Amino acid sequence: MAPVLWALACAAALIASAPIAVALGDTPQARPAVYGICLTASLALLAIALLALLGVSDTTSVATLPLGIPWLGAHFRLDALAAFFLAVVNLGAAAASLFALGYGRHEQAPGRVLPFYPAFLGGMSLVVLADDAFTFLVAWEFMSLSSWALVMAHHRVADNVRAGYVYLIMASFGTLALLLTFGLLAGADGGYAFADIRAAHPSAMTAASVLVLALVGAGSKTGLVPLHVWLPLAHPAAPSHVSALMSGVMTKVAIYGFVRIVFDLLGPPDWWCSMVVLALGGVTAVMGVLYALMQHDLKRLLAYHTVENIGIIFIGLGLALAFKHYGMSLAAALALTAGLLHVFNHSVFKSLLFFGAGAVLTQTGERDMEHLGGLIHRMPQTAFVFLVGCAAISALPPLNGFVSEWLTFQAILLSPQLPSWGLKFLVPAVGALLALSAALAAACFVKAFGVTFLGRPRTPAAAAAQETDRFSLAAMFFFAALCLVAGILPGFFIDALAPVVQGLVGARMPVQRGVEWLSIVPIAESRSSYNGLLVFVFMVASGMLAAFAIHRLASDRLRRAPPWDCGYPDANPATQYSASSFAQPIRRVFGTVVFRAREHVEMPPPGDGRPARFTVDLRDVIWDALYAPVAGGVGLAADRLNHLQFLTIRQFLSLVFAALVLLLMVLAIWP
Amino acid sequence: MAVIVDLAVQGVQMLLVLLLAPLLTGLVRKVKARLLLRQGPSLIQPYRDLARLMRKEVVLAENASWLFRVIPYLIFAATWVAASLVPTVRTGLMFSWSADLIAIIALLGSARFFLALAGLDVGTSFGGIGSSREVMIASLAEPAMIMIVFTVALIAGSTQLSTMAAFLVSSEVGLRVSLGLALIALIMVAIAENARIPVDNPATHLELTMVHEAMVLEYSGRHLALIDLTASLKLLLYVSLIACIFTPWGLVPAGAGAGTLAVGLTAYVAKLAVGGVLLAVFETSIAKMRVFRVPEFLGAALMLGLLATLLLFVSRSF
Amino acid sequence: MRGLTFDVAHLLAGSLVLVSFLQLYQDRLYALLNMFALHAFVLALSVAWQAYVQNAPHLYVTALIALVFKAIVIPVVLHRIIVRLGIHREIEKVVGVGMAMLLGMGLVALSMVVMLRVTAGADPLAREDLAFALAVVLLGLLMMVTRRNAVSQVVGFMSLENGLVLAATGAKGMPLVVEISVAFSILIAFIVIGIFLFRIRERFDTVDLQALDRFRGERR
Repeated sequence: MAPVLWALACAAALIASAPIAVALGDTPQARPAVYGICLTASLALLAIALLALLGVSDTTSVATLPLGIPWLGAHFRLDALAAFFLAVVNLGAAAASLFALGYGRHEQAPGRVLPFYPAFLGGMSLVVLADDAFTFLVAWEFMSLSSWALVMAHHRVADNVRAGYVYLIMASFGTLALLLTFGLLAGADGGYAFADIRAAHPSAMTAASVLVLALVGAGSKTGLVPLHVWLPLAHPAAPSHVSALMSGVMTKVAIYGFVRIVFDLLGPPDWWCSMVVLALGGVTAVMGVLYALMQHDLKRLLAYHTVENIGIIFIGLGLALAFKHYGMSLAAALALTAGLLHVFNHSVFKSLLFFGAGAVLTQTGERDMEHLGGLIHRMPQTAFVFLVGCAAISALPPLNGFVSEWLTFQAILLSPQLPSWGLKFLVPAVGALLALSAALAAACFVKAFGVTFLGRPRTPAAAAAQETDRFSLAAMFFFAALCLVAGILPGFFIDALAPVVQGLVGARMPVQRGVEWLSIVPIAESRSSYNGLLVFVFMVASGMLAAFAIHRLASDRLRRAPPWDCGYPDANPATQYSASSFAQPIRRVFGTVVFRAREHVEMPPPGDGRPARFTVDLRDVIWDALYAPVAGGVGLAADRLNHLQFLTIRQFLSLVFAALVLLLMVLAIWP
Repeated sequence: MAVIVDLAVQGVQMLLVLLLAPLLTGLVRKVKARLLLRQGPSLIQPYRDLARLMRKEVVLAENASWLFRVIPYLIFAATWVAASLVPTVRTGLMFSWSADLIAIIALLGSARFFLALAGLDVGTSFGGIGSSREVMIASLAEPAMIMIVFTVALIAGSTQLSTMAAFLVSSEVGLRVSLGLALIALIMVAIAENARIPVDNPATHLELTMVHEAMVLEYSGRHLALIDLTASLKLLLYVSLIACIFTPWGLVPAGAGAGTLAVGLTAYVAKLAVGGVLLAVFETSIAKMRVFRVPEFLGAALMLGLLATLLLFVSRSF
Repeated sequence: MRGLTFDVAHLLAGSLVLVSFLQLYQDRLYALLNMFALHAFVLALSVAWQAYVQNAPHLYVTALIALVFKAIVIPVVLHRIIVRLGIHREIEKVVGVGMAMLLGMGLVALSMVVMLRVTAGADPLAREDLAFALAVVLLGLLMMVTRRNAVSQVVGFMSLENGLVLAATGAKGMPLVVEISVAFSILIAFIVIGIFLFRIRERFDTVDLQALDRFRGERR
């Protein structure tokens, strides 16, 4: 049986387990049953995808099922690009299901989560497998709606209701944009199958509109600025394993949509396409991390940070578009590999970080970092894997975040050969923005890890936390190990991506398998190379040599004492740095311009016993400039139109009469 | 056989940087003292300080975690690996292809990441001050450094330091505007990263003026010895980097004989000495900036680096 | 045309742009005057180098004029005016240093694009020096626009004029007569500005332009 049919069977099994979950209801067997089915199905899909990607089974297989529209059917296809994204999706899904086997015990409303979770997983896999516009859009909507239901799982919290509302509006808006995209691509003849769309050659105007609409539609789902506003509301509202899936995996499905439309279906790109994508990517990266630095809710910080990583991915994709337009296929292959490798890396470490946040939430009941602290003593294993996740996302060698960022920098270093003037100015600026966002990301995660896990506990809940269960820890340790492996042996991952890149830009990076000592060589040996394994071995060896020397030569006495604190020790844990105080210098440097951040201190006069108050006022400039006016306008129009409900019968009849007369006049005048 | 020789050279390089680092710090302190008309500590005082700290007992805060005890070893390992990859006497180091200049900067970045965490570990306000200011400085210094790397990489055609050094020694380079801008930016970044006046005062323990010292306030004994050695090593790394890229004459190509190596070694030590004296003179002649002037200082470095890169993108002859 | 002449000319022109950026960075008046003296000094070096490369001895005179008048005389006189009038020695900024640097970057990029596209067929050395010169002019204008202190406006105007001189020498041949007339007009303009400053200070006790606006009766 063709691989794509196996994949469809697994996806169908996932969707079929939704009614099973409804049937099992609130019984204690429901949770392990549902998550167990999801785990096995995701692992099966992961295996199928890996076999297809690595070339063991057929690389491209197609299937047409007689579902949906009668004369169209439902086309499905598993090629290299779909196999890669299917692998990414199901790796995240399997880990999230494993995590949920333990985490789900703390779920208060399992009946609202269990039915929609497998549907969500199935929907995501179906989007990646779809081979015609109709199937794609149906699966996309299915994915959005099931994730919306999961966001609304804890609907008694008012914030979650607002989050769900904004999410629903943005998701519908995105689907509308995608609908128009596919309408334009299919053309007047209505050839909706992707094979037909590939064969058609749209005009320049159509291609431009398609790119913009795809950016809006897929971009809103990934969280591209300025369409990112729903992401930090919706991602934290959902249960933690679902947040991990939404941030780590669903955004990647949207990236798949963008790559499929722009690189595969659209044909050769126009000269300005890459500039738009690059500029948006750069701005998104910096804005995302600046937003993240201002947050003190752990899950909201992670959600905003997803926006930054999406920006980095779009920078890679933009560079690939630019190189592809000018026919520099090797450079395009490098840029595209960098972007896709970051897709994989981000899904791994972001899911890991959300799992950690979920563990902290269940054990302490707190998401706010300013109420946590000192958890490294109470939850040592969670702290360890969270630290690995923080180091990976800050692009520290020898972990995997550094590899994709290094490849992106190498791609930027190839761009002076691009003949376009606009790109000559845009690419260095985008490179500076990328470097800035990387440095700010490290700052953000020093804050996230330091304030949450280090220091002293700020509340009794933090002081009384316990370690989480085995399933959650297993999922987290697995991803932490994967971060290390992907950082040490990146050559295998780059080679695995080669068929994907070959299909999209017509060239691939040099084969990494043969390079000695397992280095990676993006362009040529003489130019640059990186060896994660050697760096790791070097660091471990140096550290151990230092430890050995110290233990031979130095005294080994140790004494515990109260902290020195320059002679001003204070027992109150409120005197240690909190999240907003840690971010204060950066807020003052960047935030005054970007967020109009203002700090107010109300100091009561001497003798007055009231406490002093310190408030920070941040404004989301994009919300104020873009969304508030639109929402206001829609509200105004709705209010005016509301009058139509309260007309008398005579006025309704006169409306019908006026419409009829108007149409007759049009018929009369039309030439 | 050649592999053994190369391995030996790499090992000697690693030992050399480790041994010379405290000497450079001692030289800077001595020159500063002399300029202020003091006698000053002897040149080998940093070695004595390290020995003294090693003999002492570690006083650990009650709520310090395992991470606090491991971090000195982590940052020492990262900085030592980075320093051993910068060509000092000879280009073509054996493991130079395993980490290029971007990776070296990222290694220094990871050392800084963990040091900032150490500041937050004990849960005191001084540690928090140091960490928050350090990440603010890093958020502008690191992009400036990356822009400088881009500039030199675009001129030399590679990001590997050994290849860069070999290219810059050859006469094809000439005096270039972008290299001049990159040099100024690199000096500014080096001052910020090594916690020197005007960005930070390495000799004080007042909260108003400290960034690096605040983060390591709770360390004592052998841990503090490692951290001090790491700081000296970082200073040596930056001076070697500036010498390797901007004054590469005297760097010995790979496969040279012992005599040429000795000449290269003297050239390197001379460059270190000159760098140390210039740093001491600069630190004595300028006052420390207030903290929120530092982002403007580093922002200027970032703009210079960006300008240099931009010029190279625009035309090959810049 | 590679080689040392090319490189040194570029280096000096690039240093002029760098010193313009340094002028934008300053927030103290005496430091700004030192930067302006440095600006004129680098200009003198650049013009002298062009004189050597192009074998045009009259450019040596231009260099000498720049050195004597703009690097020595004018800064010293401005210094004395500041001391005598007791002008407030900190420069108020309309736009912060970071934003001014970013705008400066954008202006340099703009002048690169314009110059290198418009003069596509010309001699490469001249083109790139012209690009730098336009950048210096734009940075001088930026300085005049973003600083409130009247003395800093004078300095901005002077550095703008330095950029024009660089452009003129780079374009191979500005006859000495024109140069002398330009120099004299600058001197006259400077004397006029000095007198104005004196009058303004006498009348309003300040040279802060915001205060002057208030007296003008501007509604804010």
